[in-house]
Amino acid sequence: MPKRVGIEVSLAASEAACAADVDVIAADPVTPQTHIVEHLSELVADGELDAEFMPVESEHSAMSACIGAAAAGARTFTATSAPGLALMHEIVFIAPSLRTPIVMVVANRALSGPISIWNDHSDIMAERDCGWIQTFAENGQEVFDLIIHAFRVAEDPEVLLPVIVNMDGFTLSHVIEPIEMLSASEVSEYLKPYNPQMVLDPREPITMGPVGVPEMYTEARYQAESVLNGSKKVIVKAWKEFAKLYGRSYKPIETYRTEGAEVVLMTMGSVTETAMTAVDRMREKGIEVGLMRFRLWRPFPVQEFRRAVKGIKALAVVDRAISFGAQGGPVCSKVKSALYGAPDQPQVFGFISGLGGRDITVEMFEEIVKKAIRYATKGKGPMYELIGVRER
Amino acid sequence: MMDATPRDFKKFTRKSLPRVEALAQGHRACQGCGEILALRMALKAMGKNIIVASATGCMEIVTSSYPQTAWEVPWIHVAFENAAAVASGIEAGRKALMRKGRLRKQRTTIVAMAGDGGTADIGIQALSGALERGHDFVYICLDNEAYMNTGIQRSSATPYGAMTTTSPPGKLSIGQHTWKKNVPAIAAAHGIPYVATASPAYYLDLMNKAKKAAMIKGPAYLHLYSPCPTGWRLAPERAVEISRLAVRTNIFPLYEVVDGQYILTKKIKKPKPVEEYLKLQGRFRHLDKKTIQEIQDRVDREYEALVQKAAVAEAEEESTEEAEK
Ligand SMILES: Cc1ncc(C[n+]2csc(CCOP(=O)(O)OP(=O)(O)O)c2C)c(N)n1
Ligand code: SF4
Ligand SMILES: [Mg+2]
Repeated sequence: MPKRVGIEVSLAASEAACAADVDVIAADPVTPQTHIVEHLSELVADGELDAEFMPVESEHSAMSACIGAAAAGARTFTATSAPGLALMHEIVFIAPSLRTPIVMVVANRALSGPISIWNDHSDIMAERDCGWIQTFAENGQEVFDLIIHAFRVAEDPEVLLPVIVNMDGFTLSHVIEPIEMLSASEVSEYLKPYNPQMVLDPREPITMGPVGVPEMYTEARYQAESVLNGSKKVIVKAWKEFAKLYGRSYKPIETYRTEGAEVVLMTMGSVTETAMTAVDRMREKGIEVGLMRFRLWRPFPVQEFRRAVKGIKALAVVDRAISFGAQGGPVCSKVKSALYGAPDQPQVFGFISGLGGRDITVEMFEEIVKKAIRYATKGKGPMYELIGVRER
Repeated sequence: MMDATPRDFKKFTRKSLPRVEALAQGHRACQGCGEILALRMALKAMGKNIIVASATGCMEIVTSSYPQTAWEVPWIHVAFENAAAVASGIEAGRKALMRKGRLRKQRTTIVAMAGDGGTADIGIQALSGALERGHDFVYICLDNEAYMNTGIQRSSATPYGAMTTTSPPGKLSIGQHTWKKNVPAIAAAHGIPYVATASPAYYLDLMNKAKKAAMIKGPAYLHLYSPCPTGWRLAPERAVEISRLAVRTNIFPLYEVVDGQYILTKKIKKPKPVEEYLKLQGRFRHLDKKTIQEIQDRVDREYEALVQKAAVAEAEEESTEEAEK
C-alpha cells in the first residue's frame, strides 16, 4: 500500500510526473510554479528520474519544445503560471491540433496588471477555449492523482490531446498536506509506456503542421472539437479504473450536501474546502445550502451538470476571474449557457471574488449564499457582483 | 552516418554530388526562387536521416499545403518564432528515448529552418536559447532579407537602402535606414562549434558546409544567402548570378567559424563594386550616388574587419608556435 506522507503540494506534483516516468520536461520558472520545476530538476540531477530536463529561456519555448519532444514520441511534462501561460498562448492552441499529449500543471495565478503573483483563475480562463482537456484540483491528493490520470487520458489513442491540471497557486501549491504517493511501479499498472501513433521518424516520414487552406481548416477544427468532446468518455473511464486500483474515485462534477438544497454554491479549485466549511455552518443554522464544483472544466460536462442541478432552485456561482466587459465571470457565463433551454432551470447568480490572492473567507461564502437566497426569493438579482470590493 | 566525426568528412565534388532529395518537385515557390534553391542544396547534403522543424515563412507555405506535401523527410511546423525550440525538443525527446532503450540508438540530424525574419527578429530568443543549451542540431537561416511570405516587409536583416513595403523610400526616407544585423556573429558569440555562411552560387561550398554542420556534434548555424526575385525586383533567371555577385562584391562574404576561429572560405582578391550588385535589383533602384558610396565604404570596412579577425587568429597561432620553440 502506498504511504501517506506530509509533503508540499508542488513537490507532490513533481513526484507525480516522476512516478509517470516522464521523458522530457521543458519549463521556465515563474512564481508560484517554481517549486515544481526545481524539484523535478533535482530528481533528474539525483538520477531518480531518467528524463531530459530542458531549462528553456521562456515559456514560449517551453511549450514549443514540449511539442517537439512529444512529436518525437516522448512523454512530456511542463508547468507554468499566469505570465508564462500567457506567453505560451499562441503555442498552447497548436498543441492539440498536432495531437501532442503533453501534460501541463498550471499553478493558477492572477494575470497582470497590476502585476500580482497571487492566486486567482484569470490565467487559465484566458486559455479556456484552447482545445486542451482541463481539470481542477481541490487538494494535494487530487493534484497527484489528476496528473497520473492526465497522462493516461492524454495518451489514449482515442484522445491524443494535451491536458492541463489546474491547482491554485500558493493556497494549494505551497501548502504541506498528507498525500498518498504512488510509486512508479504502482503507477505502471495504470499508466503503460507511451505508445505514440505518429512520430517524427526518418524511417517513416510524416508532415506535421501543414498549411490549412480554407477547404481544409474547418474540417481540422471540427476534428479537434469532436475529439475533445469525445474524450469525456475516456476521462470518466480512466477515473473509474483509477478508483478500482487505488481506491480514490473522481467524477467530472462533485457535489456536497446538495440534497434538498435551496441554494447551491458553485466553485472550482481549493476554495471549495472553505466553501464546505461555510456549507456545514449554514446547514447547522438550518439554511438549506449545498455545494457543487467542477473537476472537469474542458470538455465541459454539460449532461452531468444538467443532471446535477435538477430540482435546485438557485445557483450561486463563484468566479475567480472577470470576463472584462462581458458583465460577469467566465464560469457563470458558461453555467448560464449550459442551462439555456434546459427544463426546470435554477436561477443563476454570479459572484466574483478572490482576485489576485484576496482571501475568500467562510463569512464571504455565507454572505454570497444569503444574497443568493434573497435574490431567488425576489426572483431577480444583479447580473453579477464583486464581493468584497473596497470603494475607497 | 552513425558516429561519423568531422575527421571522416569527405567533401562533395562535382562528380560526387548527392542524389537524394528531401524536397519533392512540384512545390509552390516562385519562379527563380533562390531560397528554395539554397534549402534544397543544404538538404541534399544532409541526406535523408534527418528531421526538420520549420518556422512559418515562404518555405513552409510553399511546401506544405494540406493535403499535399513536398517533404520526403519527417517535417514539423509549429509557428513563426520557435523553430529552434521545437528542434531542441525533438532532440531532447529522442535523446531520452534512446537512453531509456525505447528508440534504436542512431544519430539523426535534427534541423531547424527559418527565414531571416524567423531568425534575426522574432525567433532570435528561441535560437539563442537552443544554441546556449547546446543541443545537437543544425539551424539553417534562409536569408532573403525581408519578410517575403507576408508581402516583402523589412526585417533587421534587410540591407541598408533597400526598398520594402515597410521601408519605402520617400521624401524623408532612403528606404531601409538601418544596417543589416550580423546574425552569424551573434550565433558565433554563443561559443558553438560551427557557424558558416554560404551562397547557392557556390553550391559545392554550400553543400560541404551543410554536411559538416550535420556531422558536428552540438549546435551548428548555417546562414544561407537566399535571393528572392519576387521581393527584390530581380529577374528570376538572375538568382544564381546575384548569389555570385553578392560574394564577389564582398556584400555576402563566405566564411566559417570553427570553435570560435574565423576562416575565410573564399577570399576575394579583386572585389567588384557594390553598384554592379545593386543595379540589378529594383529594391535599390532609388539609391543615389552618395548612398551607394556609403554602402561601398561600409562593405569595405566590414570585409576588412572580417579579414582581420581571420588573419589575427592565424597570426596568434604562429606566435604561440614561436614561443614553444
Ligand atoms: C507571431 C507571428 N507574427 C507574425 C506572423 C506573420 N508572418 C508569417 S511569416 C512572416 C515573415 C517571414 O519572414 P522570414 O522569416 O524572413 O521568411 P520568408 O517568408 O522571407 O522566407 C510573418 C511576418 C506570424 N505568422 N506569427
Ligand atoms: S517570395 Fe521570394 S522567397 Fe518566397 S517563394 Fe517567392 S521567390 Fe521564394
Ligand atoms: Mg525572409
